[in-house]
Amino acid sequence: MQGITDPAVTHPCPSPTELERDLQKLTAPPFFSHLAPSDKMLLLLLGIVVLHIAALVLLFVSTIVNAWTTGSTSSSDLWNNCSTTNVGYHCDPANTGVWIQAVQALMILSIIFSFISLFLFFCQLFTLQKGGRFFLTGVFQILASLFVMSGAVIYTVMSPEWVPDSEAFGWAYIMAWAAFPLALISGLIYVILRKRE
Amino acid sequence: NCVHLSHLTPSLTPIVPQQSEAIVIYTGWERHALVGSDIRLSCSFFSWRWTSDDVTFSWSYRADGARDSISVFHYTGGSPYVDNKGPFRDRLEFVGNPGRRDGSILLKNLDYGDNGTFTCDAKNPPDIVGRASSVRLLVFEKVPIQAGVITGAIIGAVLGLLVLVVVIYYLMRFLVARRVFNLSVSKHGKKGKGKEGSQQRQASPLSVGSLTTTTQR
Repeated sequence: MQGITDPAVTHPCPSPTELERDLQKLTAPPFFSHLAPSDKMLLLLLGIVVLHIAALVLLFVSTIVNAWTTGSTSSSDLWNNCSTTNVGYHCDPANTGVWIQAVQALMILSIIFSFISLFLFFCQLFTLQKGGRFFLTGVFQILASLFVMSGAVIYTVMSPEWVPDSEAFGWAYIMAWAAFPLALISGLIYVILRKRE
Repeated sequence: NCVHLSHLTPSLTPIVPQQSEAIVIYTGWERHALVGSDIRLSCSFFSWRWTSDDVTFSWSYRADGARDSISVFHYTGGSPYVDNKGPFRDRLEFVGNPGRRDGSILLKNLDYGDNGTFTCDAKNPPDIVGRASSVRLLVFEKVPIQAGVITGAIIGAVLGLLVLVVVIYYLMRFLVARRVFNLSVSKHGKKGKGKEGSQQRQASPLSVGSLTTTTQR
């Protein structure tokens, strides 16, 4: 991992550097204390990337899967309304209202921005100078979380128009709501995190 | 049995295999129209036989929610017969050309009650086995926005804005750097004494000029 090495090697006298302060803030639980600082850095990095990818996967799955509202015989999502009638199981494309298209656009934009944020993270990991913040990465991830939040809010507000009362919200809808705080926290960590040598 | 070519008439053709005997009828799948406008419902067919003189076209209509369909148009024996009693009286017109296998009809002054399914059935004796084809008519107050137009517009606008912001940022950075470069060059020119100063003063317009030419590329 270029740029993130063990500070004890470069600074022979251990002093309360930013590193130890931040490390103590983020790895407070006692079960981390027996690890060496370089291992802690690696673990931190891994954790951050895993969090980011988890948010991305949630966004993907919730956008694609047909389970935003489910009823006993039908399910619908952003793209299709599928129902089982006496003729069989068939899907109609979702009605061409303005708001459902806005929700579609916002979900797709949040996926795109989260991807860009991941890409920027790996770019900045290798090119950022010491002490710099992953500001750009964090901004894109926070924007992605805002997009998914507005998409979910619009869907919730407009759902009485689209969804009959007998149907309930499905798990893909819940995933979209779960992706929002995950992406927000991930973005905030990027903004707070400082790069060390 | 042999068939002399000279005895062939247009309605007789060479023996064709059994499975291609079916007639295939084509209409649209769905038609959208505004209230008060006219719409042309097209119907044509494909048949291995020559178009016979006894070709028939038949249109029937089933309203949305109704269980039965009623017949609204029939063309037979060379003459069209339009609806004169049903929901389309005085509103239906035959605009097809049976000789060219076109059995289209024109519906005038549409209303919301005309929402429904229109079925065209064509027969080209002796080719009469075939499946009728249906077209669904949807009447709107105003034409709805196509699916995906707004989605694409929003995504395009946001990404375009992003690209614009990035371009402006790099442009500002470049302009600021250029201004800093110009300032440092002019400072150098003023500090120099005599020949050195004049040489550098002569040098600086050249370098600035080369800079401007490179940017104009």
